[in-house]
Amino acid sequence: MRGEGRALRAVVAAVLLGGFVLPIIAGFAQTGRAAFGVLPAIGANEWSLAPWIKLMGLPGFSTSLRLTLVTGIGSTVLALILATGFAALMHSRLATTRRLLTPLLAAPHAALAIGLAFLLAPSGWIARILSPGLTGWDRPPGLATVNDGWGLALIVGLLIKEVPFLLLVIGSALGQLPVREQLAAGRALGYGRGMVWAKVILPQVYPLIRLPIFIVLAFALSVVDMAIILGPSNPPTLAVAIVRWFSAPDIALILPASAAALLQAAVVAGAVALWIGAEKLARWVGLWWLRRGGRGLASGPGLMLAGGAVFGLLALGLLALASLVVWSFAWRWSFPQALPESWSLKGWMTPGNGWGRALKASLVIGLATTLASLTLAIAWLEGEDRARRGRAGWAQALIYLPLLVPQIGFLYGLNVLFLAIGISGGMLAVIWAQMLFVFPYVMIALSDPWRALDRQHLRAAAALGAPPWRRLVAVKLPMLVRPLMVAAAIGFAVSIAQYLPTLFMGAGRIATLTTEAVTLASGSDRRVVGVYAVLQAGLPFLAYGAALLVPGLVYRNRRGLQGGAG
Amino acid sequence: MRPLLIAALSLGVAAPALADWQQTLDTARGQTVYWNAWGGDARTNAFIAWVGAQTEAKYGVKIEQVKLTDTATAVTQVISEKAAGKDAGGSVDMIWINGPNFLSMKEQGLLHGPFAGDLPNAKYLDLGPDAAASVDFTVPVEGYSSAWRLARFVFTYDSAVVMEHPKDMAGFLAYAQANPGRVTHPDVSNFMGATFLKQALVELAPDRTALQAPVTDAAFATATAPLWEWYDALRPLMWREGKTFPENQSVQQQMLNDGEVDFGVSFDPASAAGAIAEGLLPDTAWVFVPQGGSIGNISFVAIPYNAANREGAEVVANFLLDPATQAHQQNIDVLGSFSVLDPSKLNADQTALFAALPSSPALPKLEDLGPTLLEPHASWMTKLVDAWGERYTK
Repeated sequence: MRGEGRALRAVVAAVLLGGFVLPIIAGFAQTGRAAFGVLPAIGANEWSLAPWIKLMGLPGFSTSLRLTLVTGIGSTVLALILATGFAALMHSRLATTRRLLTPLLAAPHAALAIGLAFLLAPSGWIARILSPGLTGWDRPPGLATVNDGWGLALIVGLLIKEVPFLLLVIGSALGQLPVREQLAAGRALGYGRGMVWAKVILPQVYPLIRLPIFIVLAFALSVVDMAIILGPSNPPTLAVAIVRWFSAPDIALILPASAAALLQAAVVAGAVALWIGAEKLARWVGLWWLRRGGRGLASGPGLMLAGGAVFGLLALGLLALASLVVWSFAWRWSFPQALPESWSLKGWMTPGNGWGRALKASLVIGLATTLASLTLAIAWLEGEDRARRGRAGWAQALIYLPLLVPQIGFLYGLNVLFLAIGISGGMLAVIWAQMLFVFPYVMIALSDPWRALDRQHLRAAAALGAPPWRRLVAVKLPMLVRPLMVAAAIGFAVSIAQYLPTLFMGAGRIATLTTEAVTLASGSDRRVVGVYAVLQAGLPFLAYGAALLVPGLVYRNRRGLQGGAG
Repeated sequence: MRPLLIAALSLGVAAPALADWQQTLDTARGQTVYWNAWGGDARTNAFIAWVGAQTEAKYGVKIEQVKLTDTATAVTQVISEKAAGKDAGGSVDMIWINGPNFLSMKEQGLLHGPFAGDLPNAKYLDLGPDAAASVDFTVPVEGYSSAWRLARFVFTYDSAVVMEHPKDMAGFLAYAQANPGRVTHPDVSNFMGATFLKQALVELAPDRTALQAPVTDAAFATATAPLWEWYDALRPLMWREGKTFPENQSVQQQMLNDGEVDFGVSFDPASAAGAIAEGLLPDTAWVFVPQGGSIGNISFVAIPYNAANREGAEVVANFLLDPATQAHQQNIDVLGSFSVLDPSKLNADQTALFAALPSSPALPKLEDLGPTLLEPHASWMTKLVDAWGERYTK
């Protein structure tokens, strides 16, 4: 049986290597060649450092780099502080807050950013509600509340997406710890609530959420769509600048753009290394701090502040989404009206030449990607079970590689590779490319519940003579319906939100809700953007809804499983 | 004025042979043309969908619009295909293209052609060799792209808010001094942002004719000195002190609609009328052109060298030049962009099509648009954008 497990693992590893890792390496190889001066298609044939020298000299390069570091690292640190603070305050009610988080987790970054930009702008919803009555503004003030030079609006936008994500992973990590007992013990020893949290619970939670933190960090450093909508434009963050250089009319800029794409990858690697260094330092300081034994009774206000900030962020995020719903039914809505002056269903009335087809493409791609990723994930986890082995570090790195390297670094090269084998521009290429990003998230969602499964049931089934295959289908999978559904919903949401992979691999021919929404966001019609954004956020929301409902139906005659298996 | 604006499409190309055209039509039947076009304008998208329905009914040629956020995406795609050795059966059949993108593709041999002069409907175009716009940004198109709509640089504003608009580009400085923070332009990495600078360059340059030749360092220094002086004074008075800019003209139009700034820019004289009809600008929106005229050019479509459906693309390019199509396109309820055809080459029935079009108070008449200024040579735009970046992107 161990042999069989090893075989299964080998098959899955081969699929991962061939399907995920090799294309990424090949993509980087193409980008790397161009970064050092070789791109025969535009007549560049000489190996040289010229692209790098050119890159250093491009206007705004150092500011772009600084902006990227400040917004990327700053938002991640803040998100971690806020999420852990909030979890300390609300851990017993995290399950109920999760319902509040769902729309924010489901809403794609671009949709949320568009809504948030409208909410915060000097002419935005908040200003419209307060004006002219409270503010005296009859025309919008000249305040830089979005696209500010510091990237603060971008940081807020990132926080609204990252804090809920971290709360989700903290919630599932807490599920594996005896939190209540430890808190009670800590309080009995005279520690303040925040202190027990910081000194006892957090050190146990942190290793479980370390990888998601790296993913958040990598994402925040390389985000494009949100940075275009909320960030400064002159110069923009490095990732946005790279996209601009790749698409500049001057074709020769592809070379420094490729160099910058490699640099972007190095920035992410450097930031992760820096983070790991900071972890070491924190561990050293933390141990000293623990041994000092301070009871920290006054930690309450800090927690309240973090809690308040998180509620503020959640409120901003939900209002931003609500503003898009309102816009999708609006006709004219000008400053300083708090609500549209005239309403219209026009945006929703023309599914034929617009959102109908994009909706269908999104559904097909989303379902196919999710199903394939889920199958692969089950095969991987089952392989681990049968081989009775935990996950090796290299395997872990392999799975999450696509989330840790910036998309822009290899997508261009990957497209050239797909073109060479002749599958670019089709559904298959898009599904394949999206799986690179969907599979890791499915693994994140499924791994812990899978390992936490009570092995006694499996032993009982084995004792009754059920072969491994039957134990999987008849025992494991039914018991894991809830986490399977959650993993599927997360995978589906990730698929719906993919922008660059769909654009590059679909050769622009595959129009999904997200590619259309981002394209339209470059136009000015918030009403049409509203329709797409509502659908774009609505589909994953339905998927999450199904993830909550289906287990109830499946378990309707198994009361023991209706609780918190997920 | 109009004939001056009309593109002559090819130099030295023989008259279309009808038998060849029949062969093109036969091959094109059943093809689907992937037309890569900027997708940020709902009216243009709807017009392209209409064209597709027409060509499918008439010639059996379908159109799929590949909606781009930036034309260069299509250029990059063709380069990727060339890098992958895919010299036939490419995924881009037709691109809405202008200026530097066209120059790049033409120089890199990435375009199919010459084809434009062979289109039957090319006979409605002014093909005069010294016609002012026989060229795209002074680069001879030589039959490698075909005209489809007329563009003129205009400003939009809300006549209920702005009582007296600037008369010319120099006037924007006085306006900004009286109304700080109310003037902006699209980011210069965007085509329209660069056009704002070019309009100022053309107006302020000591010698306009120098702009028609490929740029040199000396000529650039002389021609741009007054421009930078003007811009250095204007920039601190712009929206957000000129430190950040709207991504493109649509975003700027939204800011105009929101009341954050006082002016929008457009390459479409009908844009205000169109935006009012779409509910995107108040009823009081209006357009104006700087006193001495404004930059004008023609939008072209080009076909990549490796296009899979080249014949279908030619059929579509030809259909776009049909007088009935051009009249439909000029209809304010459809697109409202002016025809590229030479009125003197149309017969009475065709002329009547244009005369019967509805009008709108926000739609300027041709004579209100003033003279058309020539685009500087494409090399100027590239250098201008670079120089702006070096001066103001810190």
